[in-house]
Amino acid sequence: MTKTVLQQPLDVEAVRRDFPILGKPLAEGRPLVYLDNGATAQKPKCVIDKVTECYENYNANVHRGVHTLGDRVTTELENARETVRNLLNAAAVEEVIFTPGTTASINLVANGWGRKFLSKGDEILVNLMEHHANLVPWQQVAAATGAKLTYLPLTPDGRLDMAKLDGVLNEKTKIVAVTGMSNVLGTINPVAELARRAHDAGAVILVDAAQSVPHHPTDVQEADIDFLAFSGHKIYGPTGVGVLYGKAALLDAMDPFLGGGNMIRYVYQDRFEPADLPAKFEAGTLPVAQAVALGTAIDYVTSLGFDAIAAHEHQLTVHAHERLSEIPGLTIFGPAPEHKGSIVSFAVDGLHSHDMGELLDRKGVEIRVGHHCTMPLHEWLQVSSTSRASFAFYNTLEEVDALADAVQYARKVFRLS
Amino acid sequence: MSDELYQEHILDHFESPYHKGVLENPTCAHRDKNPICGDEVELALKVDEEGIVREAWFQGHGCAISQAAASMLVEEIEGKSIDELREFDAQQMLDLLKVQLTATRQKCGLLGFKVLKTMVYSLDGTPAVK
Repeated sequence: MTKTVLQQPLDVEAVRRDFPILGKPLAEGRPLVYLDNGATAQKPKCVIDKVTECYENYNANVHRGVHTLGDRVTTELENARETVRNLLNAAAVEEVIFTPGTTASINLVANGWGRKFLSKGDEILVNLMEHHANLVPWQQVAAATGAKLTYLPLTPDGRLDMAKLDGVLNEKTKIVAVTGMSNVLGTINPVAELARRAHDAGAVILVDAAQSVPHHPTDVQEADIDFLAFSGHKIYGPTGVGVLYGKAALLDAMDPFLGGGNMIRYVYQDRFEPADLPAKFEAGTLPVAQAVALGTAIDYVTSLGFDAIAAHEHQLTVHAHERLSEIPGLTIFGPAPEHKGSIVSFAVDGLHSHDMGELLDRKGVEIRVGHHCTMPLHEWLQVSSTSRASFAFYNTLEEVDALADAVQYARKVFRLS
Repeated sequence: MSDELYQEHILDHFESPYHKGVLENPTCAHRDKNPICGDEVELALKVDEEGIVREAWFQGHGCAISQAAASMLVEEIEGKSIDELREFDAQQMLDLLKVQLTATRQKCGLLGFKVLKTMVYSLDGTPAVK
């Protein structure tokens, strides 16, 4: 379901007013230039209000109480689940599992699916741009089952080298675990093509969509994705809630991961029968208010329109590449803007990313520094750390200029010329 | 203590560090890194029969604070005894830096210090010269 409705360009100034934090200066009156959206996005007032509404008006546990509040909150939660289903264009609402976040979603698949269906000699196809969250769970399940990790090489500019896919994808490959969009390089990966090739080889595909879902349309049916994980807080929703999408047949075949309340149909003294989807994978109390407000966040984002969002964010990315490229000694990691989303990671000769982060903060420019939970990628890039600016639809061209000016300021402090 | 982190003396040590490089045949050496940011510091000491540090060198990479601190540390500890190094505390290290560090940046400023403490505590009372 590609959304081809004609959309208005973003009124960025109006959008910014929806986010209370963006109007609040930092210490000494420095305006906040928030460019760390890849780590977590800011929250619009409607999301903050929804959390409060939930706690003030219908706080109760879901799927339990037969009382008024319990009914109301369960309805709100299931509405949010339907909102997620619509966002992803999943075939059925029970294919949407609420989890604590992307990491938990991937661990759920690694344990519930991997430990059941992987065995010695099987291969898990990953690549060097994966976040530790889509690498370490597979290392753990490989150690437990005797399966092994194989790597699809990257091109020198930081894209998946699809020409080398045949060399690493074969009948031994049981799962392809891939990010929809790199959290460092920004690379947007061809997940539909990877899904087709994986299926031809008899494998399934899991997409880590933490970075891609907030910025681009997602259609799990059109791309034929088997599993997809994302976090609420990166799509302008609360922390503590995320989603695992899985095809119903796969989720049905899997073992439950966490055992406990809500995930059972019947419990005997010595065994249990698991509940139907999605409850089978939702043991214990869910992050209820967070899941409800995630629905609000998704409604907000979709009301702006992904076409308008992507167009604006692409403009910011192109401008960032232009402005940062002017700076002596600065290297941008990752492909050209046409192959990536709104993430720009860079390093400046003679200036460590920690110092960069500290000095940019003096100018109110908030970025992420370090290895961004991608140590193998940084080894491949041959740098110990990078600085990362990640843009959202509420960022402006002027803020990109502020970033470039702040980098120049940092160079000046470090007596680089 | 000053609010301004990147003062001349910090940048001077960062750009022109004291005894940064390889020490051949050290009496003891130890390396550690800060896994969050990747800063790395290795210290190598040459200690004489009396337990006095005759030479101290460091290697590493990372932010200006971690590397300048390591440079100041090796300069400071040359001529000191192992016993004195056991007494050397974190506050003395921070005093050497002469700048106010936030909790996060203390990990950078104290990385070399942590390496030193691990190293001297792993030595027995009378350091054996290799």
